[in-house]
Amino acid sequence: MSRLVIASIGPASSVQDAGRFGAQRYGLTPSGAMDKLALAAANSLVGSPIFAAVIEVGPFGAAFTAVDGAVRLALSGAPRSADIAKRPVDVNTSMTLAEGETLTLGFARGASFSYLAIAGGIAGEPMFGSLSVNARAGLGSPFPRPLQAGDSFDAKPAGGGAERRIELPPQISGPIRVVMGPQDDEFSDEMKALFLNSEWRVSATSDRMGYRLEGPAIRHLHGHNIVSDGTVDGSIQVTGSGAPIALMSDRGTSGGYPKIATVISADFGRLAQTPAGTGFRFKAVPMVEAQAEARKFKELLHRLPDHVGDIDSFGLNIDALHAANVAGHAVSATDAATWQAVIPD
Amino acid sequence: MPTAFTNVLEVMADALPPPRLLPCGDSAITVEFSRTIDDTANRKVLALDRLLAEAPIDGITETVPTYRSLLVHYDPAVVGYDALGSRLLALAQGPLALGSKTRRWRIPVCYGGENGIDLEDVAATLHTTPDDIVARHTAGRYRVAMIGFTPGWSYLSGVDEFLHISRRHSPRLLTPAGTVSIGGIQTGIQCLAGPSGWHLLGRTAVRTYQLHREPIFLLEPGDEVNFYAVDTRMFAEQDRAAEAGEIIAELMAA
Repeated sequence: MSRLVIASIGPASSVQDAGRFGAQRYGLTPSGAMDKLALAAANSLVGSPIFAAVIEVGPFGAAFTAVDGAVRLALSGAPRSADIAKRPVDVNTSMTLAEGETLTLGFARGASFSYLAIAGGIAGEPMFGSLSVNARAGLGSPFPRPLQAGDSFDAKPAGGGAERRIELPPQISGPIRVVMGPQDDEFSDEMKALFLNSEWRVSATSDRMGYRLEGPAIRHLHGHNIVSDGTVDGSIQVTGSGAPIALMSDRGTSGGYPKIATVISADFGRLAQTPAGTGFRFKAVPMVEAQAEARKFKELLHRLPDHVGDIDSFGLNIDALHAANVAGHAVSATDAATWQAVIPD
Repeated sequence: MPTAFTNVLEVMADALPPPRLLPCGDSAITVEFSRTIDDTANRKVLALDRLLAEAPIDGITETVPTYRSLLVHYDPAVVGYDALGSRLLALAQGPLALGSKTRRWRIPVCYGGENGIDLEDVAATLHTTPDDIVARHTAGRYRVAMIGFTPGWSYLSGVDEFLHISRRHSPRLLTPAGTVSIGGIQTGIQCLAGPSGWHLLGRTAVRTYQLHREPIFLLEPGDEVNFYAVDTRMFAEQDRAAEAGEIIAELMAA
């Protein structure tokens, strides 16, 4: 049995899958990967079920060493430098660490979370159907806490074969879409307009529980205390000081602040990947549109395994590059994290 | 089962506004019975929750009862907002079997001292003795109105009006596991150590949430709870047994 040993890792890194469901009625939050698209992409690259458990790596650097044999991995999510023994490897590809080799990840650039899948998956004891770490509740397997140097994962010995690359659809940019409510009637039209028309920044004090948003103060019509009710991923509650907090994967299951809007599920991962300090806006969309996007997003996740091909059979899609640059979203032909590749027919 | 007639009376007796649907993004709906803490509203929440458990609607993935509303998570690839919303609203407006069979638990509490550091202050604020506070708190028959915030944190309704007390001005950042406290018009049992703005009356050895025990979660929304006082020696003994996986709480014939 090969092993993957963590040589170094930063905070906010833990084992995550799609999360645990069915126990929110007991106060147990789902947890789960902050960026489900990247989770599914990493798993697709190593041939695992799209929602299998992987290593969620926070914004800081990390290093992983193969011990007692070779280990195949795949990396998706945040753009960042990655190399194996000074040999650069690309985000959204699989890679094989020979025994003794180390994969070194740099800081995340323009995003926050990366997903490192181990071929053969992560062995652990699921609780409520999930290995996801919820440190507060003492849940998570094989480690019920954030990862630290020295932690090691058993891995299937890597058997050679071509490395794989995944073609992801062009990154949607633009505002984070929300459905207004459930308590938007606790705010005046003027305050709702201020929320939708202002530029927001994710505060540096954010974590997997919630992203504090910096911008203008949003005042309540009837004070900031409501009787606690249920929360969802992406609930945007407005605290007593007028600062909104977007509730993320480790949110409390209930909350007592009015919730002005809810991030649509297709955009939750984009908000999760918005780094501290970067300006962004919200845009309200009708329920019908939000649900159509949710269905499209779910379909995309389940079709990701079809977007995987051998690394050598990929070509550079010049049209996609042109389109991206024309649209004002500069991408680099040499940065594997942003350029678009397609599987030849 | 209530007859249609008794339900008409219920509707007339309580002055609740009609239930409302509140969208919570594209994959959840809140069915709201009241904007304030209201016993009838909470019973309706639990009744609707039970109804959905007994007769599941396709697409619903999880329900979360709270004081005054039921949060319904669903998969929009299976059912849309309008279709599900109208079915939920019809159920919420229809006859709901309130407070059918419930379980009743007896839960020991070690009041005061280091286990309940606010007992004396609460007594002083309410112009009475610590013993009187304990007598009133153990005399209550409470209902689990909701479980939330952190795993096993059980919010109980039915507190003696004499014990209603506003929350602390500044919440404590850390309060011990097993704390039994009062705040506003509620009392509660918290399982895990964590922040709290409530007044700490005592601690129980009962774990409302314990991994590797069957059941992992002891209390259900809608359960009834009584407290009884134990001394520090009994608490220590019960705490050891609870740590080893014993339930400690006694299930009474309802």
